[in-house]
Amino acid sequence: MQTQGMSETSVEGGSSMDSAMDRIENGHGAGLAQRQNRAVRRARTLGWFSLALGATELLAPYVIAKISGARPRRQTLTALRLLGLREMASGVGILSNRRPDLWLYGRVAGDAMDLALLGKTLISPRSEQTRTLASIASVLGLTALDVASAIECTREQRGMAEPEGIHVLSAITVNRPREEVYRFWRDLENLPTFMAHLESVTTLPNGRSKWVARGPLGIWVEWEAEVVADQPNENIAWRSCEGADVPNQGSVRFLDAPGGRGTEVRVELRYDLMGGALGAGVAKLFGAEPGQEIAGDLRRFKQVIETGEVLHSDASVHRHRHPARTDESSARGRSRAGASRPRRRGSSNKGKQVAR
Amino acid sequence: MKANCWIKKKSVEVQDVPEPKILNARDAIIRVTTTAICGSDLHLYNGFVPTMERGDILGHEFMGEVVEVGPGVTNLQVGDRVVVPFPIACGSCLACQDGNFSLCENSNPNAWMASAMWGHSPCGIFGYSHMLGGFAGGQAEYARVPFADVGPLKIPSGLTDEQVIFLSDIFPTGYMGAEMCNIKQGDVIAVWGAGPVGQFAIASARMLGAERVIAIDRFPYRLRMATERAGATETINYEQDDVQEMLNALTGGRGPDACIDAVGLEAHGHGPMFAYDRAKQALMLQPDRPTALRQAIQACKNGGIVSIIGVYGGFIDKFPMGAVVNRSLTIRAGQCHVHRYLRPLLQRIETGQIDPSFVITHRLPLSEAARGFEMFMNKVDECEKVVLKAA
Repeated sequence: MQTQGMSETSVEGGSSMDSAMDRIENGHGAGLAQRQNRAVRRARTLGWFSLALGATELLAPYVIAKISGARPRRQTLTALRLLGLREMASGVGILSNRRPDLWLYGRVAGDAMDLALLGKTLISPRSEQTRTLASIASVLGLTALDVASAIECTREQRGMAEPEGIHVLSAITVNRPREEVYRFWRDLENLPTFMAHLESVTTLPNGRSKWVARGPLGIWVEWEAEVVADQPNENIAWRSCEGADVPNQGSVRFLDAPGGRGTEVRVELRYDLMGGALGAGVAKLFGAEPGQEIAGDLRRFKQVIETGEVLHSDASVHRHRHPARTDESSARGRSRAGASRPRRRGSSNKGKQVAR
Repeated sequence: MKANCWIKKKSVEVQDVPEPKILNARDAIIRVTTTAICGSDLHLYNGFVPTMERGDILGHEFMGEVVEVGPGVTNLQVGDRVVVPFPIACGSCLACQDGNFSLCENSNPNAWMASAMWGHSPCGIFGYSHMLGGFAGGQAEYARVPFADVGPLKIPSGLTDEQVIFLSDIFPTGYMGAEMCNIKQGDVIAVWGAGPVGQFAIASARMLGAERVIAIDRFPYRLRMATERAGATETINYEQDDVQEMLNALTGGRGPDACIDAVGLEAHGHGPMFAYDRAKQALMLQPDRPTALRQAIQACKNGGIVSIIGVYGGFIDKFPMGAVVNRSLTIRAGQCHVHRYLRPLLQRIETGQIDPSFVITHRLPLSEAARGFEMFMNKVDECEKVVLKAA
């Protein structure tokens, strides 16, 4: 079976388009180098502490019970062993995970649990209250350290890789000559026939184009864009002009698939979430899987070129209950992830058919 | 119109639903005359196929009369009598052009779902879950057929519905199962499952020159049909005999030259391995139950072919990979590329080499679809194949 498509998504800062394209060429995913720094070192110390404490709780719960002033009943010892497991899990998490901050917050939650249990011990008549109070004090101290370290780590994480944009790579093979595939894409007004979130693209007299997209919660997003590179049958790149709600850029490359098997289309899109007024909202536009969205767009692109139009199934047009249900009886609630391009209100199917 | 809808696990119901409409230029609307319940519908019925939703119209074996065509369909006319292949195929992607119609790259609008499960998506299929497109099926009075300029086969007036309806799926599927065995003179073929697809695999293996065909099942009436109607030379009832022992005895210890699995993911068997599979499947730890497939692999001759046409949906356990590698077995599989076989098999029917209607044991009106599912499921009244008359 032929490759139907591949896509890759990353949320990252300022690497250039070329280097991203090189990554697709080399087949490497986006992996950000992790810098060792103070915050991470401190987190690791806490991680080792978690491991040591956890191991003690697990293997010698009696000792811990004694220290914290609890009566070493069987129930208490079992509970301590479980706490030990939790402690060790956060230790392993902090030491092995690329996002130690998340595990540190996990530790904070664990601290809260410990404090609650110690509080219960304190009011129990048979505990040694002095020891319990001392334990509460040290857990409070640890909690403060955990919170500080978690916040620091999050900040460092941001500093290393500013999540200021959505960056999507995707590819598909179309069973048509490169010239034809290029020509279809080059007419930007064709893009809405297969790009689910695009409502329209209109060419303006000044050579620019006006793009209208449907945002989350029915918000309309508009911008003007200009073509910044255009090598016939090779590649096209475009970029939004000054003042766009969501600054964005995109490029597409056309390559001969080996053995005369059509054209490989490789697309890269980048949305700047910090630069524009509606930036953060656009992230929701793509949901959790922007790569899947563009992969769907490319599948529809392939359908339009190879078969003349986007194929609808009953379920892609009508949602739930009877798939054969008509437009009138179930006009709303189309599957967002479904393949059908949402049609403009009042327009008919024919509006989406594209001449070949 | 009336249509047979999936309600929930073990429940289907004929309901009143709106009639289908032309949604794409290359669509046709068919007034269904005859439709059938497929063994693979039972996997939906028993809830083994994910992404089914309440109200989905079932059915992927159907034929009827064209009542409306979209502007992109020029080869069909209103009034034409057609059989519709179950895979939906565009005819213009590379897979279709290579003849791999069930791998059409353009006919599954929910390709992302299937890709998530299987790595890449196959074609869309009528009435077979949302993962395979969410297309309404043909157990209905009317059905919409996308890419109607590619799929439907016009039927000459001399043939009855019952003679040609199975061109939609089970006859080509059985035939492809036999074709994948690369049958040579003197070959012995073993077929697991003497359900409708198994019967056509047996008949096709004989047509393609197999010297002997051994049918394996647990229902005497099915094994009887296999020998009396499909042309099996020997049968094994696996509830009475050990399959591997019997196959060795019947093949001079070599094993069959090729084995066809016409059973799929709800195989039955006995012994601790079957109990293990059944328990795992019930606990949702293993979606598919590969009892027949394992037997087929173990039994196959060194260097032989295992041809899988039974439906599997997900993952299986205890796959005997050691046997495959160390004994140089070839595994071939696929949803049938029905379009490839339509014309050659129609010709075999026209020339009287086979009359596929021999598998039919029950004829019911569409309104009794639910009863048909129950009978077929529980093998009531020696049920082999149920056809539903929609008009």
